[in-house]
Amino acid sequence: MRFLRESFIVFRRQLRMNLRNPAWVIIGMLQPVLYLLLFGPLLKPLITQFGATNAYTFFVPGMLVQLGMFGAFFAGFSLIGEWREGVIEAERVTPASRTALLVGRLVRDVLQLFVQALILVGLGYLMGMRGSAGGIVFGVLLTLLVGGACAAASNALALTTKSEDVMAPVINMVMMPVLLLSGILLPMTIGPKWLLNVSDWMPFRWVVDAVRTAFSGDFATSPMVWGSVWAAVLFVAAVAWGTSTFRKENA
Amino acid sequence: MIHARGLVQTFQAREGRKKTEVRAVDGVDLDVAEGEVVGFLGPNGAGKTTTLRMLTTLLRPTAGEATVAGYDVVREPEQVRRSIGYVSQAGGAFSSARAGDEVVDHGMLYGMKGAEATARGQELFSQLDLEGLWTRMPKNMSGGQRRRLDIVMGLIHEPSLVFLDEPTTGLDPQARANLWEHIADLRRRRGATVFLTTHYLDEADALSDRILIIDHGRIVAADTSDNLKAQVAGDLVDLEVSDPDLVAPAAQRLDAIAEAPRHGLPGVEIDGNHVRGRVQRAGKAVPGLLRDLHEADIALESIEVHRPTLDDVFLTLTGRSLRDAAETDPAGPAGSTSEKGS
Repeated sequence: MRFLRESFIVFRRQLRMNLRNPAWVIIGMLQPVLYLLLFGPLLKPLITQFGATNAYTFFVPGMLVQLGMFGAFFAGFSLIGEWREGVIEAERVTPASRTALLVGRLVRDVLQLFVQALILVGLGYLMGMRGSAGGIVFGVLLTLLVGGACAAASNALALTTKSEDVMAPVINMVMMPVLLLSGILLPMTIGPKWLLNVSDWMPFRWVVDAVRTAFSGDFATSPMVWGSVWAAVLFVAAVAWGTSTFRKENA
Repeated sequence: MIHARGLVQTFQAREGRKKTEVRAVDGVDLDVAEGEVVGFLGPNGAGKTTTLRMLTTLLRPTAGEATVAGYDVVREPEQVRRSIGYVSQAGGAFSSARAGDEVVDHGMLYGMKGAEATARGQELFSQLDLEGLWTRMPKNMSGGQRRRLDIVMGLIHEPSLVFLDEPTTGLDPQARANLWEHIADLRRRRGATVFLTTHYLDEADALSDRILIIDHGRIVAADTSDNLKAQVAGDLVDLEVSDPDLVAPAAQRLDAIAEAPRHGLPGVEIDGNHVRGRVQRAGKAVPGLLRDLHEADIALESIEVHRPTLDDVFLTLTGRSLRDAAETDPAGPAGSTSEKGS
């Protein structure tokens, strides 16, 4: 109970500040919309080559995961600002649970991601995406799990580096291989065998595959199992890392 | 209220490829009684903030133990946190959030109800001259107002012990004097025990019952300001001799009553017509000196007696003046890595 209350206090504070300065929220929402409007049409003529039939049913799941990962990767930047102004220190000197200090922030990030996901799925539907309702719900849930993991990792990284100048290149370095090897834009299956083998080691590819098969209503597939397992593992590991940085004395 | 024994904090400092262990705090013992206002004085990088962070449970001591408000900082950090207020150097209110919101949320993290925290916060706002600023963002406040807001946050849960880390650093003299009033009020009005760090001598002198001086991670002195000055430094006696030829004999006579050499102070110093030396209890010794000088027919243009400052105390204790220590020591023990980075 106390934990939930403390998490809620932190969450409400974060949300209040976000709503006060919604520029980042708007930019975050604009990004998938632009992808959908400006990149989606390019996929249309190519879609049969992927072994799929509907470009948007193929593309929206990838966009969802991308949104979940990349939006959340940047969540830590605001934490550095707070740290610099002594907010984290002031919170850590209260008896509040250190995990609540992180979880309250994560809930804000996940809520933001959820709103973005609704916009994306709604817009995709308008543009011709079709899929099973249960699958779409499950796909969004997987996305939220991955997004939560990335946000937790980003917060942990922020409190470890305490510097935007260090954090920005690190995130870029992580983002590039993730983007290229997870099959978000184009499926890995159309590439050569060696590239596909490399991408087998990229957890996010399994998540993208899982969300894609979920949208098609196909639950009993191996990507589905692997993707769900990876999403859960990433989430648990990232939250554990995040909590430990909030707990650490030097933060 | 605070009892610490043998507190040690070490950091790994990296200089290029070489890793060295830095002892930022090197065996600190200290005791603070209930209701006391204690000034923790030392140059930048002496280990003040690190000690404070150990006492406030933000940093786990490498060695040693401490109880704060009756609780062990390592085993019972939560009870310690409940009992203390901490105002860090950086403050604690986000610059683009409304001041009142920050205060209420802070109080709620201590378990207060929203309405209770609001009422208490507004009361503190008026006590600390922040009326009408409840909805203002800290970035639109003056330095003094921000600092007082930080103190409101530290007091929201009515702690009986308040830690203030460099409360007036960066404030203009007026805001500083005003803040001093409010700090003095902490005890006067609510009987709080106050532990404040500072590298300003006048601040420690003006506010504290007792002063602890820390240098290179060790407490080098702990006493009242008056006792520190009386014990260590002695008063500065400055004679201006009328006849330049008689400067040397005058110096001899001053030297006879000077305490300085015994305390490792520089002895009597001659500067043109002036002769200066440190004398214990000058008020008592000077009449005899004047008689001596009179009998020897050494006429004086003037005589001045200066009470020692804390700077003199620091100089006697460490061989450096506080100002020099601050300028030459940033890379010394517990330098930028520990204090600035934490």
